[in-house]
Amino acid sequence: MLYREAGQFKSSYAEDGRIFPIRQDRIGFALLMLAFGVAVPLLANEYWLKAILTPVLIFSLAAIGLNILTGYAGQLSLGSAAFMAVGAFAAYNFILRVDGMPFLLALALAGLAAALVGVLFGLPSLRIKGFYLAVATLAAQFFIVWVLVKFPWFSNHSSSGVVTAQEVSILGYAFVSPEAKYLLTFAVVAVLALAAKNLVRSATGRAWMAVRDMDVAAQVIGFRLMRTKLLAFAVSSFYCGVAGALYAYTYIGTVEPEGFNLDLSFKILFMIIIGGVGSILGAFLGAAFIVLLPILLDNLVPALFGDALGAGFASNLQLIIFGGLIIFFLIVEPHGLARLWQIAKEKLRLWPFPH
Amino acid sequence: MARQSGDVIVDLRNISLRFGGVKALTDISFDVREHEIRSIIGPNGAGKSSMLNVINGVYHPQEGQIHFRGQLRRRMEPHHAAEQGIARTFQNIALFKGMTVLDNIMTGRALKMRCNFLQHAFYWGAAQREETAHRLKVEEIIEFLEIQSIRKTPVGRLPYGLQKRVELARALAAEPHILLLDEPMAGMNVEEKQDMCRFILDVNDHYGTTIVLIEHDMGVVMDISDRVVVLDYGRKIGDGLPDEVKNDPDVIRAYLGGAH
Amino acid sequence: MQFFIEVLIGGLLSGVMYALVALGFVLIYKASGVFNFAQGAMVFFAALSFVGFQEVLPARFGMEAGSAAVFWLSFLLAFATMVVLGIATERIVLRPLVNQPPITLFMATIGLTYVVEGLAQMAWGANVRGLDLGIVDEPIAWLMDDYGIGVSKFDLFAAGAAASLVALLAALFQYTKVGRALRAVADDHQAALSIGIPLQTIWRVVWAVAGFVALVAGMIWGARNGVQFALTFTALKALPVLILGGFTSVPGAIVGGLIIGASEKLAEVYVGPLVGGGIEGWFPYMLALAFLLVRPEGLFGERHIDRV
Repeated sequence: MLYREAGQFKSSYAEDGRIFPIRQDRIGFALLMLAFGVAVPLLANEYWLKAILTPVLIFSLAAIGLNILTGYAGQLSLGSAAFMAVGAFAAYNFILRVDGMPFLLALALAGLAAALVGVLFGLPSLRIKGFYLAVATLAAQFFIVWVLVKFPWFSNHSSSGVVTAQEVSILGYAFVSPEAKYLLTFAVVAVLALAAKNLVRSATGRAWMAVRDMDVAAQVIGFRLMRTKLLAFAVSSFYCGVAGALYAYTYIGTVEPEGFNLDLSFKILFMIIIGGVGSILGAFLGAAFIVLLPILLDNLVPALFGDALGAGFASNLQLIIFGGLIIFFLIVEPHGLARLWQIAKEKLRLWPFPH
Repeated sequence: MARQSGDVIVDLRNISLRFGGVKALTDISFDVREHEIRSIIGPNGAGKSSMLNVINGVYHPQEGQIHFRGQLRRRMEPHHAAEQGIARTFQNIALFKGMTVLDNIMTGRALKMRCNFLQHAFYWGAAQREETAHRLKVEEIIEFLEIQSIRKTPVGRLPYGLQKRVELARALAAEPHILLLDEPMAGMNVEEKQDMCRFILDVNDHYGTTIVLIEHDMGVVMDISDRVVVLDYGRKIGDGLPDEVKNDPDVIRAYLGGAH
Repeated sequence: MQFFIEVLIGGLLSGVMYALVALGFVLIYKASGVFNFAQGAMVFFAALSFVGFQEVLPARFGMEAGSAAVFWLSFLLAFATMVVLGIATERIVLRPLVNQPPITLFMATIGLTYVVEGLAQMAWGANVRGLDLGIVDEPIAWLMDDYGIGVSKFDLFAAGAAASLVALLAALFQYTKVGRALRAVADDHQAALSIGIPLQTIWRVVWAVAGFVALVAGMIWGARNGVQFALTFTALKALPVLILGGFTSVPGAIVGGLIIGASEKLAEVYVGPLVGGGIEGWFPYMLALAFLLVRPEGLFGERHIDRV
């Protein structure tokens, strides 16, 4: 009875085309933004901000990037971590070598650098499909990380290959505290998520989905496969690049190429599978899930089993649960948490009536 | 039937198409006039869909020439055909299963949309106006084909007959000069077929769209076609007005089988 | 020149080892159309089980450590474990996903990789272990003395094992009733079912054979490099092998493996020093990528025609 559309009529196509056509959704979303944008920085403790909320936002951004490429455009990629690496190192080098480089500009340039590399490695997708393409993206993953390790210029000739991210400052204000970093991340992610949502419901998004669903038919309608696929690679890598830069500057604080390894690429893939392929909301849900699960397990396992099972047990259990959940979601709900959320909303529309 | 046929718009000469050792089409020549309804008929496996794919640029014939509006066409890719105003439907329904009916039809407007992806990302302003304007056009087609109630349904959930109608809507959304329809009435009952016939005739009547139609139902073919081409085993065995073709002994033999 | 031959032979032999892993992929793909990304993890699991049993049997059952009895019993037990793993995989992961698009199955096997890795380490612990097959990794005497070419006995043994395995498998596919049934299933499940081939049984046979191949591969790799987690990454190299050799060809896996192995070593030795080394990590993938651009279906793969 709370969640009813009765009385909400749309009198223009513009109204029908809104992101949240139902008023209750709009209110709910506004409250969510208030909660995460205002209440959280004021009230949350440092641990939550640094170890949970900020990384969830950052990974959501990367997951949105991968979702655009794999979920909407149907090009499977196992190399998203490599593009994050490009973004991180690009941002580092821009800020290092260009005097007075504004941080937000560095973020944008980092994204563009990643987008360029993404287009380069996306070129094979014009000839190659399916798992063959996945193997090609593996080439990107291994090659890019190797390049960043082998050429010391990228890490400013640091002996260990690890670099420390510089302090973030915008218009003279230094973003040092966890709250400040969180808010900056929140703002960037919110804007980019909105852009992504707009993209996927526009003609661009339809072009991607058409190519994903049936590329021959898409061509017959007039879509240019090359442009559509390469745009998907570009936009996706842009998002991963910005996420990588944020990863370095507002989360970890240091950057090293090996940190952006195959394991991280798989993690991001798991985020979109669990969260829901082809869904912007799904990226956030999946990221939250993947970030929270290890923390949950780390706290639960000792509570349940004490010290009986040794240190390796928890991390192995984590591997099994991750893998098991992927399989579970693929069998039970291939459209992930986002679909579960949709089903819940549909039930809510009828509540308290059963049907 | 209602419109006067115009000049030759598509002229196929000596088209031969092979897949490895399989000869799909052998030395086929016929033409299509503007504004007419041209049917291609023939037994299963005669090469009718392949013929459409050749016109469309999906398959490239090893031999032969295609003249489009008097100009010889070099190897044409499918999106060139779309840009030239050719739209089509497919025998096995090529809808985008992951999208709603509305979105599927909107993809048909792709070539008419001008905004770039940055404008789409921003949405407010040009992109929103363009989306709304094209939505208006698409709604006209939805109304024309009477599918308002299912516009937000994912196409995967629709019954076969409705999917075919949505595919037709998507083809119409491109405002094509030439419409290639591959068995648009397959699997439909009598009532649905009558509806589909009416739609096809209306499109030809209203918009003057040239229609090339593959169809098995002889009643439909004889009723609505201006001219008919008959294919059998990849060769042309008949070409002319419906009545001529109906009484042609070669055609009758191909369909009913003759004494050997 | 001698150095070149040495590197080449070394590369070819390590290529044979890659081919061994690729064989497992090919078997499963041929019979069920599933691209089993977890094959590498299974190689790891097999090897770990083998050395695990080798430790457990003397420790818990008082058998004489290092004896032939322990060796063969461990082998059998490890094989049995792999068969159980294969059947469980088919039952729990693949059967529920039977009608899903291949990409979904592929992602499920990625999940499976994590499960198998976690299980392996949970069951047997994560320490690096050596694996002793009784063959020493030293150069063949007469080749070294007379021609100055160093070819390891061990590598040669591995090549021999792989060759026999391939011959065995080829014979299995070509000449036995089961092999014929396997080929039928690979071609068309529905048709195979309709002529009475018991699909479930066939799949269990396939997974069992794949498990056997994984075990052999695991033992050889493990003896070479020690049984450790990194084995799963080496197994990833089998992917470029498959791209070159095609997903459904047993000889293709061998040829692909040889090409990858040889080119990888040659690149590392001759091009590596120019760019600071470490090329081996990505070279096979780049090679596969370049190859795909020319032949999107692989050397032995079938051309894909979209029927519209």
